[in-house]
Amino acid sequence: MSFKKRLTSNGFYALIGATILFLLFTQSILGTVGFLLIFGIPLFCMNPLPAYATTGDKIGKYAYLAICTIIFIFLILPILIIIPLSFNAEPYFTFTDGMLSLDPDAYSFRWYADIVRFGMTSPDGGPNWWSDMWNNATWIRATRNSFFIAICATLLATFLGTLAALGLSRPEMPFRAQITSLLISPMIVPLVITATGMFFFFAQKDIFPFFPESLVNTYTGIVLAHAILGVPFVIITVTATLSGFDRSLIRASQGMGANGWTTFYKVIMPLILPGMISGALFAFITSLDEVVAVIFLADVDQRTIPRQMFSGLREQISPTILAVATILVLISIGLLTALELLRRRSERLRGLSPG
Amino acid sequence: MSDTALPNTNIAQPDRPLVTADGIPLKQKLARTTRTMKLRALLLTLPLVFFVFVAFVIPIGQMLHRAVHNPTVSEVAPNFAEAIQDWDADSGELPSEQIFEIFVQDLVTARQNREVGKTVGNLATRINYEIPGSRSLFTSTARKAGRIEQGPYKEALLEIDEDWGDIHLWRTLQRASNNYTLAFMLAAVDMQYDKDGDIVQANELYRIYIPILLKTIGLSALITFLCFLIAYPVSYLLSTLPLRTSNLLMILVLLPFWTSLLVRTSAWIAMLQTEGIINDIMVFLGVIGDDGRIQMIYNQTGTVISMVHILLPFMILPLYSVMKTIPPSYMRAARSMGATQTYAFFRVYFPQTTPGIAAGTLLVFILAIGYYITPALVGGSDGIFISNLIADHIKKTLNWSLGSALAAILLVVVMTLYWLYNRLVGVDKLKFG
Repeated sequence: MSFKKRLTSNGFYALIGATILFLLFTQSILGTVGFLLIFGIPLFCMNPLPAYATTGDKIGKYAYLAICTIIFIFLILPILIIIPLSFNAEPYFTFTDGMLSLDPDAYSFRWYADIVRFGMTSPDGGPNWWSDMWNNATWIRATRNSFFIAICATLLATFLGTLAALGLSRPEMPFRAQITSLLISPMIVPLVITATGMFFFFAQKDIFPFFPESLVNTYTGIVLAHAILGVPFVIITVTATLSGFDRSLIRASQGMGANGWTTFYKVIMPLILPGMISGALFAFITSLDEVVAVIFLADVDQRTIPRQMFSGLREQISPTILAVATILVLISIGLLTALELLRRRSERLRGLSPG
Repeated sequence: MSDTALPNTNIAQPDRPLVTADGIPLKQKLARTTRTMKLRALLLTLPLVFFVFVAFVIPIGQMLHRAVHNPTVSEVAPNFAEAIQDWDADSGELPSEQIFEIFVQDLVTARQNREVGKTVGNLATRINYEIPGSRSLFTSTARKAGRIEQGPYKEALLEIDEDWGDIHLWRTLQRASNNYTLAFMLAAVDMQYDKDGDIVQANELYRIYIPILLKTIGLSALITFLCFLIAYPVSYLLSTLPLRTSNLLMILVLLPFWTSLLVRTSAWIAMLQTEGIINDIMVFLGVIGDDGRIQMIYNQTGTVISMVHILLPFMILPLYSVMKTIPPSYMRAARSMGATQTYAFFRVYFPQTTPGIAAGTLLVFILAIGYYITPALVGGSDGIFISNLIADHIKKTLNWSLGSALAAILLVVVMTLYWLYNRLVGVDKLKFG
């Protein structure tokens, strides 16, 4: 049904009428918006049912679409709701009356400023404001730690994971099932168990001949832990890409005289690159989001963003956390977009229909 | 291969095996090539397997070892730990004077020892796990033991505290002198040694771990079931809509999946708290009064609601990928043969989605049972999971052996489920997005 036709259907008129009634009855804009969402979307999405559909079928279909709408709202609302909440002028986790009546004074950027200022020795300006912020502001430090750890862990996980995935997807690979389940298991084993094991193991001195000190409370320890946790995601995405890989391309390349490295760089690599990058993105977001291993293995010096949020939620809940959360949601949207573009590119390269 | 143009060395002849150009029998050559290729594939995975082994498998193995290995007594009082082995606990008599003498000497030495893990305090804590309340007995006796100049040591100790005449205490000391002990594994399943050294169930008041484990399993099952109920209609919708629309709606599923766990948990705190959005809406709509706000967070309800939201994508994605492969014509065929919508759904559509259901429920259940962060933040005291107890023992009470024993039990449960997942679904079916 065309868009124009939908706008002139009886159902649409009924919806408008019901919405106006609802608005008159409750006199609340917010409530009406909710009403419109829950009842309007399914009506709008409903395609004309086949001629044999009974009235029961129609009601059933409408109820089904209404349920789906509610579920989608359940999925997305908690994430979207924190965005306006983070602009709260008051130190509360909820909407104030001023915010509901869209009073500009009820909104402010103070919690975003707080991200930068919290922990600084002289937040109101001083001779070395920038270096003070860079070195002392709690959230800035956490951000630096998070990104440093995530980048190192991603590089390690992606490199080792891609190599292993290349081996695992060869048809002649022995013990494939056993090795795959071993390499996926860091995703399955509860994080508390992994973190506890690593905490005891890394706390010993002289475990690695080249590294005499204990690895607890060091960046190295956390990077190793996060790399382990990112590995399953790299394996899964890269093997998925390789499963659609036409192995005769390798033989074709070899038949035309290319050696192993040339074949890898000119034929295999470009085709699996989208898979590799999305695996790396998964490993990156896993590390960026990981907090249990950090709780066990890190000191105050290595605190990451989620670790800081964790203690913030436990100790002093302030909307600064919501401001940080909003920024993290924006980062997720960016990564998700990148992943979607990669997926389309990969499908195009493999000759599948564009999504 | 019967072409005469080929060099005749390569042609099979009854009396000679098939050989390659360099004269090696083909069978041998093929075996060798296959072996090289297998080795090459294996070599590619080797660095990662090594890494996972060193930084993941060995640490967990070591932790499991810690659950049954606790050398505190033999480290604090090495001579005593050796001497007490000769004592027959079932004789009904206290250990000999000689053992008492060694014990006092070891206590005096240990009191001077400041090395971490080898102090009287460590010994006292270790025995206190098995005999609650015995801690002060050890510390105060150690303080006074230095004043005992000469024997008989047995009487001297009994004079300091008559509890030293308790056979149960010495039996426990003897058992703890052995580096390998079942005490912590037993404690983790709410069992203990009684006065006669037999294994019995703990006093009903002290049974906490099995109930928490059962509660963890129960809540995980509830979360899995709710995820299934919610995910099924949505996955069906996504799989039947045209690709363009379903991709758009898929973003609504994937965005939560890609959003930080902490972000989602703090969002739920904002939604569910007593001054939060849901309560505000209900007060506004007049469902509840302003003084009747519902406590939805820092209890089981909060844990269940936020975990369902967090784990939902892990249910939707496998269901969706299975449903996408089911042709819609099956349902139309069933309808055209006279089945009602409901009948056609349960007899034709639903059975075909079981692989997706198995994959989704197992994955969600496995992930739920080991959850730590969300229960710790929104669970309060009553919505916590077994993981939270493990973390408490490792980080707060520092009873590492008991923490490891609890972890061992959780690991066994999870590994059993993982094995099941491997059998039913196959680990290679795991996909995201």
